[in-house]
Amino acid sequence: MRHGRLRIITLFLAAPLTLYGVLVASPLIQAFYISLTSWTGYTSAKPFAGLANYRRLLHDPAFWQALEHNALLLVAVPAITIVLGLLFASLLNVGARAGSVEGVRFSSLYQKSFFLPHILPVVITAVLWQFLYNPELGLINSLLDAAGLGSLKQTWLGDPQVALWSMAAILVWAGVGFYVILFSAAMQSIPKDLYEAADLDGANRLRTMLSITLPLLRETVQVAYVYLGIGALDAFTLFQVLQPDGGPNNSTNVVAQYLYQSAFDNGQFGYASAIGVVLCLLTLVLTAVTFGVSRRERIEF
Amino acid sequence: MLSNSQIPEASRRQVLRAAGLIGLAVPGAGLLAGCATTSGAASPAETWAASAGNPLGVDATAPLDVVIFDGGYGDTFCKYDVSLYAKQFPKAKTALNGIQDIESQMQPLFVADTPPDVLDNSGASAIPLATLVADGQLADLAPLLAAPSLDDQSTTVADTLLPGALTAVQFSGKTMALPYVYTAYGFWYSASLFRQNGWTWPTEWSALVALAAEIKAKGLAPFSYGGTTAPDYWLRPLFSLAVKQGGDQAIIDIDNLKSGAWLSEPMVNAAKAVAALASNGSFLAGSSGLSHTQAQTAWVKGQAGIYASGSWIENEMKGITPAGFDMTFGAVPLLDGTNQLPVTALSAAASETYLVPAQAKNLRGGLEYLRTMLSKDAATEFTSLTHAPTIVKGAAAGQSFGSTALASTNAAITAAGANTFTYLYTGWYPTLAKTGKTQIANLLAGRSSAETFLNAMQSAADSVAADSSVAKHHR
Repeated sequence: MRHGRLRIITLFLAAPLTLYGVLVASPLIQAFYISLTSWTGYTSAKPFAGLANYRRLLHDPAFWQALEHNALLLVAVPAITIVLGLLFASLLNVGARAGSVEGVRFSSLYQKSFFLPHILPVVITAVLWQFLYNPELGLINSLLDAAGLGSLKQTWLGDPQVALWSMAAILVWAGVGFYVILFSAAMQSIPKDLYEAADLDGANRLRTMLSITLPLLRETVQVAYVYLGIGALDAFTLFQVLQPDGGPNNSTNVVAQYLYQSAFDNGQFGYASAIGVVLCLLTLVLTAVTFGVSRRERIEF
Repeated sequence: MLSNSQIPEASRRQVLRAAGLIGLAVPGAGLLAGCATTSGAASPAETWAASAGNPLGVDATAPLDVVIFDGGYGDTFCKYDVSLYAKQFPKAKTALNGIQDIESQMQPLFVADTPPDVLDNSGASAIPLATLVADGQLADLAPLLAAPSLDDQSTTVADTLLPGALTAVQFSGKTMALPYVYTAYGFWYSASLFRQNGWTWPTEWSALVALAAEIKAKGLAPFSYGGTTAPDYWLRPLFSLAVKQGGDQAIIDIDNLKSGAWLSEPMVNAAKAVAALASNGSFLAGSSGLSHTQAQTAWVKGQAGIYASGSWIENEMKGITPAGFDMTFGAVPLLDGTNQLPVTALSAAASETYLVPAQAKNLRGGLEYLRTMLSKDAATEFTSLTHAPTIVKGAAAGQSFGSTALASTNAAITAAGANTFTYLYTGWYPTLAKTGKTQIANLLAGRSSAETFLNAMQSAADSVAADSSVAKHHR
């Protein structure tokens, strides 16, 4: 019964779509509307301002500086996280010997401990790393001293040259575990005989990983890259906890933080919404480019 | 009973059609709701139905809704204050709510024009006062200040307050909020540590520099500061040095965004003095990468000798400060050369800001509640619970409740007399405040010289002055 089908579909879709519409779609549309006003945030009056906020955004040096920091994160964090994720996933799944489909010894222990950072709430991670990065009492500088590498000690969160990279390191540390699991799951769907064939052809572990594993994981890597890219563009909580004022000489200010400051510190909700809309558009562009650029025929295996 | 082959197959078109029908309807409704704007309610002309015991003409049966920031000072004193109000107006229902995230919880109430009657706007998520004032959301507290004090009918509330208490909440000459806790800013040190080493608190800056060298010789860092979260604590000593040398005008000009105000001679000398501390290595190594809690912990644990902060510091470090530390206040010493103000002049301001929203349902009740808080009874109760002085003159009768920090703060307030000063631009111009934080951090870390710091601040002040979209204030 054709009309019966439509009724059933509508019935089951109603609840989740209502939730989605009210909680996700509606605020997005409202945010776009607010970005066209000069709302200060604490009154009901929202005076219309047209595209003034966007024009101001184009000429705002603080915004472009923050975007530059996001761009640096976008270049570094996904690349390093994916490389480490692939490396560890390979070692844990097919790394025991060339041609084997077993991981190194204690693989299951490593998998669990790699995933641990990912389940920590971001604020806990931030506080933890604040202790680690303490220049006098922290673990990192103390270990460097103990290993005789005292000259490599830095003021990790206080030196404008290293502060952003210190934050990027935390993002990588927290993210790798999830991608190890993701890539492991993807690798386990690769047929074992491919590896045995490669071993018969004399490929070592590295060659197997580059020529067999990696091409077959291309789609998973694409998805991972988009998630990590979005994470790099939206990075906020970690930065707000560790560097609430934008870091030493504003070197770790990211766009999401600038948005927060414009809204809550400067009382410019309209301007903040415009920043949010631009960030959303950039994220969409990133996603489109990632999926569009590497479009090739589906691999069937 | 349907078999597997008879399960209805939905074509993709059908699913999308159904989804579209529902999906379009819901955001549409949401958008309509979001577009609904309420026009600001015009407040009717108020006539105060005053009587002898009720000078503000409070409606005895109107309920009172109080929202406070439940943080370092707790809420025990609020419960006491509410009980005092209830004793005076037994028929009024009182409600007291203690929250931490003021901004996100109060914003919807302000937008819907249903704010509480009294709001303690404090803590890390406080609503910026300048925004509320610009939106006309706050009631002018002039009626409160003109009313007679609860303790003495012949004096007005305004006369019972310490000098300089209300400076920071003046907007175009109107008092828009009531900051309750009187805070003294300066240096803090351990009296027991100083006694052990035979050190005394200096009155000259050059003597402080010599003391710093002695502290360093003992293996401690002379000063510590929290570079990542609170480098702006050092703006207080910086301005204190400038004002004590050049008088109040030095910071009044800065607040008024006068051209060249940051480059005045007292400011140059002050900045050079602070920059010299950085270049002498007088700051705990790595301070630029510490949060203020880490820096303060290092200080109370004996790694640093002196910490620049306000008088909340004792309360904040309760539980971490070791017994016998004897935290004591030290006034900012005088720069070399002639000084307009004595060393006892005090950088003081009041914080823990209480507001009465303009749209409050029981506005007069809100003002009356504040009048109750400003009675000697309520103020003494507050100080005994929190060891922090209130803005009420002579409250707590100079008792220190066993706290060396409170005793030294009270002594400093008495010694200062009318010579108190503070700066207001951080409350008026948030972008300038943020630039100030970034640049003072550069100065303390030795990344900027005094000249670079002052020039950066002057150009930031000039761009705020030239920005017509920012509301300007004057003092």
